[in-house]
Amino acid sequence: MTRLLELLAVGLSLGMLYALIAMGFVIIYKGTRVVNFAQGSLLALGAYAVARIAPSAGFWAAAAAGIVITVAGALLIRFLLARARGHDHMALAIATIGVDVVLTTELTRRIGPDVLSMLDPWGAATVRLGGVTVPQARIAAMAVAVVVLGLLLALFRYTGWGVAMRAASADAEAASLMGIRLGRVATVSWMIGGALAAGAGVFMSTFPSAGLDSHSSTIALAAIPAIILGGLDSTHGAIVGGVTVGMAKALTAGYGSELGFLGAGFGDVMPYVLMVAVLMWRPSGLFGTREFIRV
Amino acid sequence: MSDRTNLLRRALPVGGLLLALLVPFYLSGFWLLLGVMVMAAAIGAIGLNLLVGTAGQLSLAHAFFLAVGAYAYCWFAGAPGPGGGGITLTGLELPPLLAAVLAVATAGAAGLLFSPVAGRVRGLYLGLASLALVFLGQHLLFNLSSVTGGFNGRSVPELSVLGFELTGRDPELTLLGVPVGDRERQWYVALVCVVVAYVFARRVLAGRPGRALVLMRENETAAGVVGVPVSRYKAAAFVLSSMYAGLAGVLLAQAFQRVVPEYFGLVLSVEYLAMIVIGGLGSVTGAVLGAAFVTGLPSLLSHYSGLLTFLAEPGTSGVDPAVAARLVFGVAIVAVILLEQGGLVALGRRLRPAPRPPAGAAGQGEPGPPPDPASHPVLPPQDMTTASS
Repeated sequence: MTRLLELLAVGLSLGMLYALIAMGFVIIYKGTRVVNFAQGSLLALGAYAVARIAPSAGFWAAAAAGIVITVAGALLIRFLLARARGHDHMALAIATIGVDVVLTTELTRRIGPDVLSMLDPWGAATVRLGGVTVPQARIAAMAVAVVVLGLLLALFRYTGWGVAMRAASADAEAASLMGIRLGRVATVSWMIGGALAAGAGVFMSTFPSAGLDSHSSTIALAAIPAIILGGLDSTHGAIVGGVTVGMAKALTAGYGSELGFLGAGFGDVMPYVLMVAVLMWRPSGLFGTREFIRV
Repeated sequence: MSDRTNLLRRALPVGGLLLALLVPFYLSGFWLLLGVMVMAAAIGAIGLNLLVGTAGQLSLAHAFFLAVGAYAYCWFAGAPGPGGGGITLTGLELPPLLAAVLAVATAGAAGLLFSPVAGRVRGLYLGLASLALVFLGQHLLFNLSSVTGGFNGRSVPELSVLGFELTGRDPELTLLGVPVGDRERQWYVALVCVVVAYVFARRVLAGRPGRALVLMRENETAAGVVGVPVSRYKAAAFVLSSMYAGLAGVLLAQAFQRVVPEYFGLVLSVEYLAMIVIGGLGSVTGAVLGAAFVTGLPSLLSHYSGLLTFLAEPGTSGVDPAVAARLVFGVAIVAVILLEQGGLVALGRRLRPAPRPPAGAAGQGEPGPPPDPASHPVLPPQDMTTASS
């Protein structure tokens, strides 16, 4: 029983991090209709910046700097893509794959075989809560994720920018005719997407993970099942999808010995299996807008 | 003048083919191996371009289908016995040529299995969903070790007909004083396959299915209204592209002589996507050019790394040839999308001495979006229309 509880706690905390990453994808998609395949390398960029700055400036300053650098990176991509305005969304998505290749290659080269530590204040400390052991870093991650996701949902619902973004995502042309500046919506979306990637990157590289290594940019790919599960354009879906993916991963990995017939490391594949199953059932995800076409 | 261009149009492929037939008599093993790999990649890229460029369905699963082709061939043709790392391999020991055909069919069947998703999901969604296949594939390759050999991979049986090895050295053969060894034979096998794959793709695109796919990409509703069975065509495009990938996998396996799971990861899928984007989306010729560029660049950079002093030794922290190649093709993808969506093919069209009137407007050398970008989501497949007219 404690084992199940422990796995659920791990799954929930991991799931909240996936929800952060998935939210980044979804916000950029809603604001600009671009699926940003460079999200993974942005995540690694943020974590890399923190790891390099933290030894001299301390964790908190480094975290702030890491977020600023990643936001700048995201804005760079946004203005690069704006040069290709009018092109279709698939071409733009492919362009972000190109950006991802460049950024990942450079980061991989810089990181090399090292494993970089975030030098975060939580270290490897753990807390016991009713017989369940949870790393402090994961509790901090969960707290941050809950606050950030809550703020974002409130932002969408109550602020002018939130309304503008929802309008732009529902019908960009009509929104533009109503005086909503699509360019500004896009800029803010990319900034939020970049900041979310940096934050998730830092927490993904703290305990219990060993640190940032050259494979870290693939972490964001594990959030792709989350956005497909929830629906590409659904913010609530991103959270539900993220938690589902985290739980599925933690449970399959935790009961790995019982599920041995599925092969070693099935936990990493489980989210993708779930994703394909959901797609067979509902092609636009659980909460995504169903496409309907008026003729 | 149009007569002369027509003549050139006919003479060019024939001349190129003759040249390709003569190549093994003059070039060394390094160039032949590179050529085989380029030709195999070209077949895979042609298949991916049918799906992404023509049908407008993004796929990142190409590495998976390459793996299915390569491993299925090894399993159908391979002998059972001990593999590396204490694994007992299974295999059917079928005649290799039959095994190759079955391997391509297996890749197609794998594509068909995915068709409930591939047929219903549109464009970008498919791109994201197809990621699942790459990761599932990796998992299977590492864990299904009696078929795949697990981490250590599996050695590839030679392709042969009635005891004559088409890709090996046995029996020895000398033509005009030049020994025709394994690399030479592989070159010819790959050449035959790439020509067949090229011509077949051109015919498919010039005909009814190709036009239906283009219409589907431009306007799915309109396609449905004029009677194109949309989801069946989507699934069919996916299956055809996976069969191309399967054939490419079989040929690559011949060139490598040993297949390992690590090779067939997401990076490979992205490389194939890079090929078709750089070469020109929707163009068969573009796929071939892109394959040559993306496959050739890393090999050429490391071959000439002695001359290119700005490149670091592999394994050091500097920019080694592999890293340099990846940086170049990453930048090339972005540049193509931003500046010239037609890729290398469109660039070639611009440089053509006497452009026909409609192409004249785009021939001013000014990089920018096409006149009416909204109606041309990807590249209008001019390559195909000129071929049929």
